[in-house]
Amino acid sequence: MPQSYPEVDAILKAHGLSQSAIISILQEVQKHYRYLPQDVLVYVAKRLGISEAKVYSVATFYDNFSLEPKGKYVIKVCDGTACHVRKSPLILNALRRELGLSAEKTTTDDMMFTLETVSCLGTCGLAPVLTVNDKVYPAMTPEKTEALLKQLKEEAK
Amino acid sequence: MPANTNMKIASLAAFHRRQTECAHNLKLEHKKILVCGGTGCVAGGSMDIYARFQELIDKGGYKFVDLELEKEDDEPHVTVKKSGCHGFCEMGPLVRIEPYGILYVKVKPEDADEIFTETIIKGKPVKRLLYTSPDGKTHTTERDIPFYKKQRREVLEHCGAIDAESIGEYIALGGYSAFAKALFQMTPDEVINEIVLSKLRGRGGGGYPTGKKWQQVASQPEPIRYIVCNGDEGDPGAFMDRSVMEGDPHKMLEGMLIAAVACRAQEGFIYVRAEYPLAVRRLRTAIAQAEEWGLLGDRILGSQFSFRIHINQGAGAFVCGEGSALTASIEGNRGMPRVKPPRTVEHGLFDKPTVLNNVETYANIPKIILNGNEWFRSMGTPGSPGTKAFALTGNVNNTGLIEVPMGTSLKEIIYDIGGGIKGGKKFKAVQIGGPSGGCLCLDHEHLDLPLDFDSLKKAGAMIGSGGLVVMDEDTCMVEVARFFMSFTQRESCGKCVPCREGTMRMLRILEKITSGQGTEDDLELLSELADTITDTALCGLGKTASLPVKSTLKYFRDEYLAHVVDKKCPTRACKSMTALVIDPELCKGCTKCARNCPVGAISGKVKEPHAIDQGKCIKCRACIDACNFNAIKEE
Repeated sequence: MPQSYPEVDAILKAHGLSQSAIISILQEVQKHYRYLPQDVLVYVAKRLGISEAKVYSVATFYDNFSLEPKGKYVIKVCDGTACHVRKSPLILNALRRELGLSAEKTTTDDMMFTLETVSCLGTCGLAPVLTVNDKVYPAMTPEKTEALLKQLKEEAK
Repeated sequence: MPANTNMKIASLAAFHRRQTECAHNLKLEHKKILVCGGTGCVAGGSMDIYARFQELIDKGGYKFVDLELEKEDDEPHVTVKKSGCHGFCEMGPLVRIEPYGILYVKVKPEDADEIFTETIIKGKPVKRLLYTSPDGKTHTTERDIPFYKKQRREVLEHCGAIDAESIGEYIALGGYSAFAKALFQMTPDEVINEIVLSKLRGRGGGGYPTGKKWQQVASQPEPIRYIVCNGDEGDPGAFMDRSVMEGDPHKMLEGMLIAAVACRAQEGFIYVRAEYPLAVRRLRTAIAQAEEWGLLGDRILGSQFSFRIHINQGAGAFVCGEGSALTASIEGNRGMPRVKPPRTVEHGLFDKPTVLNNVETYANIPKIILNGNEWFRSMGTPGSPGTKAFALTGNVNNTGLIEVPMGTSLKEIIYDIGGGIKGGKKFKAVQIGGPSGGCLCLDHEHLDLPLDFDSLKKAGAMIGSGGLVVMDEDTCMVEVARFFMSFTQRESCGKCVPCREGTMRMLRILEKITSGQGTEDDLELLSELADTITDTALCGLGKTASLPVKSTLKYFRDEYLAHVVDKKCPTRACKSMTALVIDPELCKGCTKCARNCPVGAISGKVKEPHAIDQGKCIKCRACIDACNFNAIKEE
């Protein structure tokens, strides 16, 4: 293995190289890289003394893990029941339209935005909601969503 | 909280002393501003309100009482605290002022100054910030508000009323007394017996008797046992557990500690879903405080009992709410259920006997130990005693978190507490129990259906974790069934064929129906598939996956028939069966719709009526939203 990964080493050490901590370890690795790079997964498997297949099986089972790089802003539109009956699909459509994304293509080419749906954020009282990098935006409308996008694009400049 | 090694409580006597001190300090807090710090209100900007109050207090020469530092000061104090969720999320951000009990709704940071001068200094309510119910009445205190009147808050008693980040305040109000009682004054068997007699049933959905579960774990020969808390509240439309973890984390920890004493367990794990970052933060704080005060760790309160609690964060898999999938996930595996038996009580986490209960179940425990099983059984119904928290959401006026005695009727919840249907629309159905639950409608006998485990099961639904999503007349029930099936299909772990393939087939049929291609035979096929999956799926999630379809087929068959026979969606929610058309009389030719159409389906000259090419239209309704003249209609 030619490369060294000091950040990954620190994460592994904090979890005492415990095999059962693999999910927490991958979560922190993903927090650092914003996704799970393939070479890092191989490295994690080696250090934990488990097969690459095992790490891959865990990384591909859970929705929160991504093997593809994500954008700077990860927008999650809640499509839980409460948001759904308060018309969250319109918000998702508005975002897809504005960003030129679809169910298949979720990240913009400039790596600025990733658009995902989430089953429920548990803030149903404020439906429909979306989050941008975990900050919750309540009672959204397609118009408010467009304004928010504009603001994020300004920020990113 | 400042690091202080002297905070450790080393005996029962010392615990009682600490309790008295905390209670004394709490009394010194003359006036309290409780700013809601639940996820909902935080999203509405409540932390800016909190910061502004803090500034005002600092400026005014008021001091904070520091419960943890045991500071003695007899001057009256004003404090500002971050409380847990009040439950009235629709009206957030919420601010409550004690001792008056005044509740302010929809507060903005700029309102802080007025609240401070009027209410804190002069003791007068700020009228414009009080809650006004739809009938035009203004309500000053939380107790007066119809939303709260019919509720009975036992599990949620502290949510919204205390500082969610202070162990001192929890103890001042009697917190950890039940644990001390279980540890010093009761034998493990007596503790279990109390829970058995209380007839407490698991609040996570299944309704299995909690005491029986504990008995089974306690009777295992294996000495290493685990206490696991299921905080993987994945049902869309449910947030009771989130509110407890955020608003009163110590209550849940205390419940876990009592379970550990009763079952002689050494370690505990809390599995929280990744979508709840604030709950994780609050739990971490609470665990650190409990360790510092000697309520977690080695030789707790000077006894021989040691117990530690760890937090595991989920990674976004709904199936992990199932017991064996959850323990597999904590062990670092793919979260897939396994065949039972052996059950979790025998071979649970790391193959050891494990008590696995949900957040609300643990939060019920301390009060049962403190007040006795008779007290608990005095609430609710004989078969389902106690209270239940529900997340009331959807097309209802007052959305939020509620707690009522088991057996309260749907009508009372939706009309008295929920304030009826939003926008004066007609009520259609209520979906209960998430993707594993069913849809009930009030036209039938369900109007007075008491909400408890057994009545709901009989009606073809289940209490689930307690999400109540109210749907109005504009909701298409076939679409709702499709929505839930797409959820379950996406979340199916893929281990067993009936769930993996069966939910996919059901989804395809429902998609066919909602796109206007369905036949009457499809309805039969749906029923048959639903029964087969229920009979053959491996885990509880698969077995219940077809309930939303079964219940809608049963109670809303007319709507299915309208889709397959008349090829019409009565609510016009199924877009494939509708067309968007521009009314040439109303269209001014402003071109806004054409500019907003993502697929270029709208054409027309400026100042002339436009038209939609139905072949290109994807029915995204962007044009309807864009039109300033209401010229575009669905037909």
